[in-house]
Amino acid sequence: MKKALLLIPTFLVGFISFSFAQTSLNNVAGGQIHGNFEFDGQYYYPDSLIGADTIPEKALMNGWGNINYTNGNFSAGIRYETYLNHLNGFPDGYKGTGIPYKYATYNNDKLEITVGSSYEQFGSGLILRSYEERALGIDNAIEGMRVRYSPYKGIYTKGVWGKQRNFMSTGAGIVRGVDGEINMNELFDSCMANIKTQVIVGGSFVSKFQADQDPFLVLPQNVGAWSARTNIIRNKVNFSGEYAYKINDPSAANGFIYKPGQALFSSLTYSQKGLGIYLGLLRVDNFSFRSDRTASLTQLSINSIPALTKQHTYALAAYYPFASQPNGQISWQAEISKKLKKGSKLGGKYGTDISINYSAAYGLDTTNLNDMGGKRLGYTSKYLSIGDTLFYQDVNVEIFRKINSHLKGTLLYGHFIYNKNVLEGKSNYPYINADVVVLDVIWKLSDKLTLRSDAEHLLLGGKADNKEDHGNWASLLEELSIGDHFFVAAMDQYNYGNPIVDHRVHYFSVQGGFSKGTNRIVFGYGKQRQGIFCVGGVCRQVPASNGFTLTITSSF
Amino acid sequence: MKRISSAILLSVFLFTTVAFRFQDAPLQKVPSVQIKSMDGKMINTSEFANDGKPMIIDFWATWCAPCKKELNEIAEVYGDWQKETGVKLIAISIDDQRNSPKVKPYVESKDWDYEVYLDENQDFKRGMNVNNVPHVFVLNGKGEIVWQTNVYNENGGVEKLHDVISKVAKGEKPE
Repeated sequence: MKKALLLIPTFLVGFISFSFAQTSLNNVAGGQIHGNFEFDGQYYYPDSLIGADTIPEKALMNGWGNINYTNGNFSAGIRYETYLNHLNGFPDGYKGTGIPYKYATYNNDKLEITVGSSYEQFGSGLILRSYEERALGIDNAIEGMRVRYSPYKGIYTKGVWGKQRNFMSTGAGIVRGVDGEINMNELFDSCMANIKTQVIVGGSFVSKFQADQDPFLVLPQNVGAWSARTNIIRNKVNFSGEYAYKINDPSAANGFIYKPGQALFSSLTYSQKGLGIYLGLLRVDNFSFRSDRTASLTQLSINSIPALTKQHTYALAAYYPFASQPNGQISWQAEISKKLKKGSKLGGKYGTDISINYSAAYGLDTTNLNDMGGKRLGYTSKYLSIGDTLFYQDVNVEIFRKINSHLKGTLLYGHFIYNKNVLEGKSNYPYINADVVVLDVIWKLSDKLTLRSDAEHLLLGGKADNKEDHGNWASLLEELSIGDHFFVAAMDQYNYGNPIVDHRVHYFSVQGGFSKGTNRIVFGYGKQRQGIFCVGGVCRQVPASNGFTLTITSSF
Repeated sequence: MKRISSAILLSVFLFTTVAFRFQDAPLQKVPSVQIKSMDGKMINTSEFANDGKPMIIDFWATWCAPCKKELNEIAEVYGDWQKETGVKLIAISIDDQRNSPKVKPYVESKDWDYEVYLDENQDFKRGMNVNNVPHVFVLNGKGEIVWQTNVYNENGGVEKLHDVISKVAKGEKPE
């Protein structure tokens, strides 16, 4: 690790010195330096009522900066990261400071080679996806080498070989993968030029190695997974599907069973002017795939299984979110988006947008084999059958309408069924039934002032036992944009229905910010819950917090 | 450890020195990154072009309400902007595999006239140093980045963008 750290600066210094020696500074300037920074700091107040712990350091911070150099076909860069100490709620592995991300890439005549860290996705990511979601602390970059090569128009190949990032270092296993994709219409341009149907096919193979040091079990040291995919497009219809298979891969995530894994992810869409229809299907069976078999949570995942539900942006609609279940799930989603025409009876003067979305996730139909003393295959599952356990369901309708040049608004209604036992690892918890209504109105007060009001309500229904959860919520956000550069916002989320009377708390917070060009500074004070939070025109993922916050972002 | 720190310090120092001297250097261009069209075709971002007229590159996502508000607001006046300045808007969706299949139905249902591409694993987002969405870049006729913002200001953000492209189309420097 230390050696690797040393290599990059030495390399960069060497490169720049070389350029100095070769040419005048302006010619060096043929290349460019660019990057971005973010600082997130918070001063914490303990608050036993909402479960905010005492923070020994009182104040915590996350910060990072990317610095990239590009010159023609060459680029190199580093990301310096610092966690002193990391923000409350962020994964504990992020400690201290370092340069965990560094790379150099050269691209020449359709061949691109990268040494260092890379983010890569094969197909829809069922067997390989290394990516970052820095606000949540997810970063499983592959550190090693990556090659991408396109020998002919329409043929795209790539390969990666390396270890995965594990917080500030790398994990135990080695990941190797190749992927190929053929765009038939591009490849057979001459004979397919008049064919309206467009066909793309692809396939991947990924293998991981980790030594077997288990005293009791004989574990596979090399675990292979493959996938095949296609994308067929004709006129307004677009079908894409990927099937993946993984050999037995006993791990902490699946309870060290020797059953092979399978996954299927497909979507079908129809789109025309003013109308879009989406259907999605996902079946996952024992498909947690990690470069360290003992890893847990979001750590060292080689693949990524999506959550096939709507990604809600409003705070209370995102209160009961679905988390993808790589060990086993069957889920589907349908969405219709329609634009009612301007001037029509329902559409009104400016037109109206309506979107209806439905999603559900169930467990698999499984039979337990009770063979943990023998073959350890664990269970069998029926491929075309759906299990009895509902994990999650969401039905929602969203309507957007512009009333006049000063006023426009969005109305959302959603009904959620949430299986807390499965999704949060609880036991004997009843299903949570929640109804959420959101009204988001933008009111242009004058040339210099715009007010956004976001009123939300969450009502728990169903059985009386649901009182075990946090009960009903009401939320109001008022956000005022002033001129070109400033905004102030105040929000109150009131847990008025909490079954414990003392916990009927107002989560009150205020924010103020300034932005100009690519600089943005935001101050905040108050309590926030975890989720996607949009304010001042920007969305990001935030963990739960209580206290003063300061965020600075910049790019150049 | 000392050697590492000094090597890092030295390289940062050199970087900064060079960066300051770069101020007269040509403006930043769009890096070369592979992204996909909504029809699954591989596109290289360095090939973005608009016949010497300005371009807008707008990073958005289907889950980002302010992004969608901004792009829907621009959609109402986009035809006028094109007539006036010849501008082309390229919308880059950073939706991952969870939502990327929904991008095309969404875009078509809104009847957007933009070029829309998918940056599923966010390679282009990283290449353009985008922290959060929305992030909007304006490029001049030479494909150089001349203006950018990383917020959607509901208070006239779209009018401001119009001012910027009008100036850029005339060859003037935007504020």
